[in-house]
Amino acid sequence: MKSLLKITVASGALMLASSMAWSGEIWVTNEKDDTVSVIDTDSLEVIKTYETGERPRGITFSKDYSRVYICASDSDAVQVMDPNTGEILHDLPSGEDPEQFVLHPDDTHLYIANEDDAITTVVNTQTRKVVAQIDVGVEPEGMAVSPDGKIAITTSETTNMAHWIDTSTQELFANTLVDSRPRHAEFAKDGTEMWVSSEIGGTLTVFDTISQSEKAKISFEVQGVHPDRVQPVGFEFSSGDTHAFVALGPSNHIAVVNAETYEVEDYILVGRRVWHMAFNADKTRLFTTNGVSGDVTVIDVAARKALKSIKVGRFPWGAAFRP
Amino acid sequence: MFRMIKILAVALFGQSAFADTVVNVGYLHVEVPRAPTLSNLDPIPENNGLAGAQTGLKDNQTTGKFLGQTYTLKQASVPEGDDPLTTAKDMLAASPFLILDAPADVLLAIADLPEAQEAILFNASSGAVALRDDACRANLLHSLPSDAMRTDALAQTLVQKRWSDLVMIAGTHPADLAYATAMRQSLTKFGLKLSGEKTWDADADMRRSAAQEIPLFTQDFGDYDAMIIVDELHDFGRYVLYNTWQARPLVGSEGLSALTWAPVIEQWGAAQLQSRFEEQHGRDMTPTDYAAWAAMRTLGEAVTRTKASDPTSLRHYILSDEFELAGFKGRALTYRDWNGQLRQPIAIAHPRALVAQAPLEGFLHQTNELDSLGLDRPESKCEAFQ
Repeated sequence: MKSLLKITVASGALMLASSMAWSGEIWVTNEKDDTVSVIDTDSLEVIKTYETGERPRGITFSKDYSRVYICASDSDAVQVMDPNTGEILHDLPSGEDPEQFVLHPDDTHLYIANEDDAITTVVNTQTRKVVAQIDVGVEPEGMAVSPDGKIAITTSETTNMAHWIDTSTQELFANTLVDSRPRHAEFAKDGTEMWVSSEIGGTLTVFDTISQSEKAKISFEVQGVHPDRVQPVGFEFSSGDTHAFVALGPSNHIAVVNAETYEVEDYILVGRRVWHMAFNADKTRLFTTNGVSGDVTVIDVAARKALKSIKVGRFPWGAAFRP
Repeated sequence: MFRMIKILAVALFGQSAFADTVVNVGYLHVEVPRAPTLSNLDPIPENNGLAGAQTGLKDNQTTGKFLGQTYTLKQASVPEGDDPLTTAKDMLAASPFLILDAPADVLLAIADLPEAQEAILFNASSGAVALRDDACRANLLHSLPSDAMRTDALAQTLVQKRWSDLVMIAGTHPADLAYATAMRQSLTKFGLKLSGEKTWDADADMRRSAAQEIPLFTQDFGDYDAMIIVDELHDFGRYVLYNTWQARPLVGSEGLSALTWAPVIEQWGAAQLQSRFEEQHGRDMTPTDYAAWAAMRTLGEAVTRTKASDPTSLRHYILSDEFELAGFKGRALTYRDWNGQLRQPIAIAHPRALVAQAPLEGFLHQTNELDSLGLDRPESKCEAFQ
């Protein structure tokens, strides 16, 4: 009995220790509140709310998490915030209407999609200067960069293409068609694959990075929801890139896609109009932004079940993790 | 092996692997005399429609430059009294793709020209139901919704709100008569009751201002749930609001309206299209602009996907299951292969906000909920598409 008690105490202590070691925050941009909500990944509560510029959408941290970059779309700026104080340190020149961006592995260059201008802007975050502006298709949105930093991707919503940018010359070297209204792009499996979601097409296209040729196309089917309402937008890869978690917009579900077979294994019910998502540190929990219901759903990744909804601001859009 | 060579070739030549394609599109506007209205508050823009085609052209050009595809737009306007068929023939000699802003009878006359038989014509201006019914033409597609699509959308809203006892005031302009006919059919289709109907006749003895006349004019309707205003020219309808004998909501041409497009649509990325349009033209996008934009983008989308530029291939693709257009209405727009109508959601809006979007939840359909709006396959008497 005594030993059993000891074990219980020990495992309790272990659980506490592990959860402390993995504690962190999910930062969520609230598009129609001009704020970011900061969620504690342990208590699953909003612990802080900071003001931002107008219509904040894309959000990402610097490598050392000492800076957070926020696309303030209607302020036509990328804002640089001190995440410890919530103070806006300065703005970066971003071109008009920045919607999404991606930080290059060099931790210095931001690749920004300028939705109203059909341009991708490259900004040096240190010198705060625009390095290049690249003509892309109409309404650029999805942004990705390969792990080796050699390729950046912009997807354009109305042109329906993924534009492949050579980061050494800042020029396009390929343009590949995808289904209607591409919204998000990610490299996977050490950069050997590049995935693009098409909102209106209702598909995910997987490209082979070296040949830029289409390797697979993934479709979705949510029971009781008309196919037109199944609209893939943001997605993220689980630990080891074994599975992709795909936000299906107004169908209010997250799809779990096996990244080896490209088959959909599960659908998880979340809040209304799910946009984007971020994992906690050990990728055991996934936090999804639900635009219409104004909350964040917390998913238990292993069980593939929603655990909790957390009320945030109006129209939560982007999400990013910091330890 | 062969496949590998093909992939290699594409990789090597990249963009230039596609031969340069030039797609010329014509925009033909036929001027019609406008009936006078009581108020001049809402002038119709001079470039109504054309502006939408120009924004669509810009979208196509941006996409086309990555694929070696070039688009041009030539426009012509036919003054009152001139023969639109002469101009149409000239334009068809230059290009088989025409976007038309003309009355229904002129659309049919153009579609029946021998020069137009291989062409793809887009009706961006007429909601006439007959054009999607027994008067349909195989070479005439409709990017503007039919009157029936709009009145069905409104009827769905009335059902959902349980405003089932309706009265109607209709103007006498041909556009009003057409809308009223479509409205009556929609009310029957969705099981709603029309318990009173009056005609707004401008010749009536109007000794006082319209505003003073309305309470008396609407007094003998008795009680009802909502009033339908049919005033497609926006002549008298604006004076009915807040002047009715009974305090009831107004729907139709005023108040809560079923619209192809409206400045209050922001969702589904529409804000981007609105701001692109506003920046280019300095005004809001109208339903006619939207229809012309959708026509232009239909061609662009078909050319991008098929890499063809001949009307036969494009028409085949546009009417196939493969085709889909992202039209900023929250779902893919496609064409009905039985009458050439572009399937699309309809906005239910008032001038300040979007209230709903039809098809409304609960209105089911065996193949596509969008086909709960307008003439469905079994209803349409169109045979030209078979």
